[in-house]
Amino acid sequence: MLGFIIQRAIQAVAVMAVMSVIVFVGVYAIGNPVDIVIPPDATQAMRDEAIRRLGLDLPLWEQYGIFAWNLLHGDFGRSFVYNVPVLELIGGRLPATLELVLISILFAAVAGVSLGVYAGVKPDSWVSKAIMGLSILGFSVPSFWVGLILILTFAVSLGWLPAGGRGETVTVWGIEWSFLTLDGLSHIVLPAINLALFKLAMMIRLARAGTREVMLSDTVKFARAAGIPEGVILRRHVLKLISIPLITVFGLELGSTLAFAVVTETIFSWPGVGKLIIDSIGVLDRPVMVAYLVLIAFLFVMINFTVDLVFALIDPRIRSGRQSA
Amino acid sequence: MTPETGKPVLEVENLQTEFATAKGALRAVDGVSFSLSPGEIIGLVGESGSGKSVTGFSLLGLIDAPGRIAGGSVKLNGTELVGMSPQELRKRRGKEIAMIFQDPIATLNPLLTIGQQMEMALAAHETLSRRAAAEKSAEALARVGIPSARERLKSYPHEFSGGMRQRAAIAIALLHRPAVVVADEPTTALDVSIQAQIIHEMKALARDYGVAMIWISHDLAVVSALASRILVMYAGRLVEQGPSAQVLRDPRHPYTRGLIDSLPSATVPGQMLTQIPGSMPSLGALPPGCAFAPRCSYASDACGAKPDMVQAGRRGWRCVHPLGTEHKERAAS
Repeated sequence: MLGFIIQRAIQAVAVMAVMSVIVFVGVYAIGNPVDIVIPPDATQAMRDEAIRRLGLDLPLWEQYGIFAWNLLHGDFGRSFVYNVPVLELIGGRLPATLELVLISILFAAVAGVSLGVYAGVKPDSWVSKAIMGLSILGFSVPSFWVGLILILTFAVSLGWLPAGGRGETVTVWGIEWSFLTLDGLSHIVLPAINLALFKLAMMIRLARAGTREVMLSDTVKFARAAGIPEGVILRRHVLKLISIPLITVFGLELGSTLAFAVVTETIFSWPGVGKLIIDSIGVLDRPVMVAYLVLIAFLFVMINFTVDLVFALIDPRIRSGRQSA
Repeated sequence: MTPETGKPVLEVENLQTEFATAKGALRAVDGVSFSLSPGEIIGLVGESGSGKSVTGFSLLGLIDAPGRIAGGSVKLNGTELVGMSPQELRKRRGKEIAMIFQDPIATLNPLLTIGQQMEMALAAHETLSRRAAAEKSAEALARVGIPSARERLKSYPHEFSGGMRQRAAIAIALLHRPAVVVADEPTTALDVSIQAQIIHEMKALARDYGVAMIWISHDLAVVSALASRILVMYAGRLVEQGPSAQVLRDPRHPYTRGLIDSLPSATVPGQMLTQIPGSMPSLGALPPGCAFAPRCSYASDACGAKPDMVQAGRRGWRCVHPLGTEHKERAAS
């Protein structure tokens, strides 16, 4: 196991190094931030001074060198626009995204797996057909439209839930959280549902397909022949046997949702990192973009690593395969 | 070894199992009747698609939609199973009637230890402490010849060899000492040497526990080593039945003859194996009369009507041109 972890750590470092180069070069290519950062009526002297201060007069490789060197010392640089350390900027926004995404994806997983397993066990019941209809809807309706409809229905017409913002927050360990207050929770409901809908649909379909397959397997037939009750078969055989693809998708979705919850955050004016990165792209705030994307790469690496560990935890064949390798 | 005294433990009468398809109901099991005495081992033989496995699943009430038991009766220790509620049926499965499958790698859950799977099977019918369950499981494993059974409870199926996996599956099926075990080709997926061991042990287990067994197989050689009686099935119907030795030595039905002739041991070394010409008709396109007639060299116009089971002592056959009876016919005329 230790060998596996070391091997994964080396892989992670390599991925991050490559990622940082690609991101840095890519961001360099899309435009000159000076044109946006400096007021158009600034004198040439002011311009030159700004370019030198931001280090934009150096050649690309040197700029990257400085960036990478600072990165290794835990310094992601300062935002051109806000003139504060990037890490502080992202750190201030991350909890908002984190709580929104975790709540919505946990909801999607729990509800999706339950509904999917039900639809897989009783494929011919009308409830199952309704569930499958819902999941097709979840797939095919664009998320921004659903978000607008949710606001129109529950915030504007019915007035049950707020339409945007984080609401009241509580500070725990120096970080502000919404989900710990009733008002904050009411602010989370709509964006969380909006974000969850697509993943819910995907979880339903995966769980249903897996369940249908497993229900026809000899494992289930043998368990039935031994007189094991259906409920026990579902809990102990089926759920376990369908879990591997579900966990894979859960991990991938967790990563991509954390990284790109932009649409929902924008619609519900949720002050998360998604909005931050979009704003940064708008003003070509290079350090923020680069740091953010590198952090996201790190996030994906960590999530994939965790998913692999969970696989080994669930499947003894993977465990023993590692030991012998 | 034919303990055929006392009341039968299993009585099957005119069992019919159908599968609904777009082209109407297909009858996979059509009027199968037999009975089983306590401790008796019978062989149910036929080609793939003959309905022998479906018969086995029907006995346990394990036919999934679109299939259903369309008629007949299955009495286990005098209790009718056909039409019983699923809950009642579940209480009997594993406890009074159990089943062993062909491929242990598919039947055992790869993600649970052998011990966990045995504990689940125990918990289905009795409440035991964890310790007592482990005790009982280890005993059952030891009984089917798995060494250091107690430690092996913590093993996963992939850590067992093929033969050991099937032994573990057998141990699970026999945990509650059921009166009847349906064994659906349990040695087909195993090496020949292990096959012989398992057959030997199943025979001993059946004798020691007084378990009656229905051994489903396409392999006459395996069945003849094990069963006191043989039932031959073709296209959903029983076509011949009787004591193993008699059926093998002196078959009545041309299909049984064909099965015996296609055994490698019946062929002179170096010669081509004999085979039955043609293949089993699909259930949707059965001939109106005897289903074997199109492949039968003895077929005549008389085979256009469905033949009834002819009973003679302990033997029975469903054929209008039974083999080995010509001299009797001549003597009669």
